Amino acid sequence: MTGHATPREVIQVDTLVQTLGGQEILRGFSLKVYQGETLVLLGRSGGGKSVFLRHLIGLIQPVSGTVFVYGQNVSALNERALTPVRRSMGMLFQNGALFDSMNVADNVAFPLRERGETDEEIIAQKVQTALRMVDLHGQQNKMPANLSGGMRKRVALARALVVEPRCMLYDEPTAGLDPIVADSIDVLIRRLQRKLGVTSIVVTHDMKSTFAIADHVALLHEGRCYFYGTCDQLRASTDPVIRDFVEGRSHEEP
Amino acid sequence: MAPARYVGDLLFSFARYLGDLSLLAAETIRGIFHGQVRFRLVIQQIYEVGYRSQLVVLITGAFTGAVFATQTYFQFARLQMDTAVGPVVSVSMFRELGPVLCGLMVAGRVGAAMSAELGTMKVTEQLDALRALAVHPVDYLVIPRFLAMLVSMPLLVAECIAVGILAAYLLTTQVLGVSETYYVHNMLHFTGGRDVAMGLIKGMVFGIVIVFVSCHQGLSAREGAVGVGRATTEAVVIGSLFILIVNFLLTMTLNIFFPAGV
Repeated sequence: MTGHATPREVIQVDTLVQTLGGQEILRGFSLKVYQGETLVLLGRSGGGKSVFLRHLIGLIQPVSGTVFVYGQNVSALNERALTPVRRSMGMLFQNGALFDSMNVADNVAFPLRERGETDEEIIAQKVQTALRMVDLHGQQNKMPANLSGGMRKRVALARALVVEPRCMLYDEPTAGLDPIVADSIDVLIRRLQRKLGVTSIVVTHDMKSTFAIADHVALLHEGRCYFYGTCDQLRASTDPVIRDFVEGRSHEEP
Repeated sequence: MAPARYVGDLLFSFARYLGDLSLLAAETIRGIFHGQVRFRLVIQQIYEVGYRSQLVVLITGAFTGAVFATQTYFQFARLQMDTAVGPVVSVSMFRELGPVLCGLMVAGRVGAAMSAELGTMKVTEQLDALRALAVHPVDYLVIPRFLAMLVSMPLLVAECIAVGILAAYLLTTQVLGVSETYYVHNMLHFTGGRDVAMGLIKGMVFGIVIVFVSCHQGLSAREGAVGVGRATTEAVVIGSLFILIVNFLLTMTLNIFFPAGV
């Protein structure tokens, strides 16, 4: 038996329950993500996709259920003990969550400096490479307040990628971007997977992007994993909930 | 039953609040012992907290000293005790007025800024971004502010006291015509190291109170702009009230170690 025969699980979530504001958002959500794959998590807005994503990096502790990431029970670790797991992961927040007191270059350089890199030349070089990856080369000195929403998101992506994480969590990476930039983000996610073997979990409701990048698709519906399978299985499904979602139907009369 | 329950709830939430503050303080100390001190940020905060608070503190000190000297002079002059204005002003400035007024001004200026900044970071997910990048928000945000305050506050209090005494001296001797020699002699005779120690210790403790109250309010801000506004207001109100209460307790205890008088 070799370890390569079965793909290794990077993330294993078991019967996750979470309540927010007295409402049960996740009601026993379970999911597995394998090494080097891109998993797209679909679901309605406000359905708990982002909340789920936050569990994976220990930003929220579950009410019940377990979250294992790289063999570590994230739901049982305290803030300081989470550091090693968090260092192996990157997260792109929905609105970027850039540090508004720093310019673009300092934002991107932040994780490098925090991990002890002191050579400013190396930092500048890595920042440049990361910004070039998201097509923002030459914007180093701008402040986040002077960037458009899409640019902010791309800077945030550069900030997450600059430390070369093994696993990336994307919270709606293409929402609010023009179709061309959205496509380039999709290509980037694919390229990271192919070249560096980065495992990606992408929360989205952009179906075009889903079919472009997903190895596996999960549909979060009413707090549970309603569907799990490949893109082809998603396309072939006749389940009304899945069809409505894939085709974007609301069943409302005009 | 209702009033009893109300009082009980109030006491309980107050105890829990003190517990939260203690946990924040403990986490800060733990971070410092883990070597999580970013000196560049400490310097930056000393500039923000200490250097830029000087004007406010100096004006407060000067006018407090001057007003206090005038009031004391008009009372004491009737008893032919006008040269006692010096020691009265200086001892009061050192023991109470300097640290308390400086503390209140800093709570307003610095405390509000701290909670607003941290609160905004909280509601715009910047704190979550820090955590996702494996940086503890307490290490990055609270420790530099805490250390900066520890350094700045005694210096600010010292400036406030010095300017207050100088203003009182100038007013009493140059405008109200009290003898300079007697004024200075009496002042030095009745003021000692114990008074200086009390003023600086109080200042430092008030600084610690301001940092933890403000940072706690900021870190626990909720619900957007309204939440940040509320956190900021509460940081100033709670910080100021705590300064007054802690001042009373400090006066009681510190008088054991540094008794007033000759």
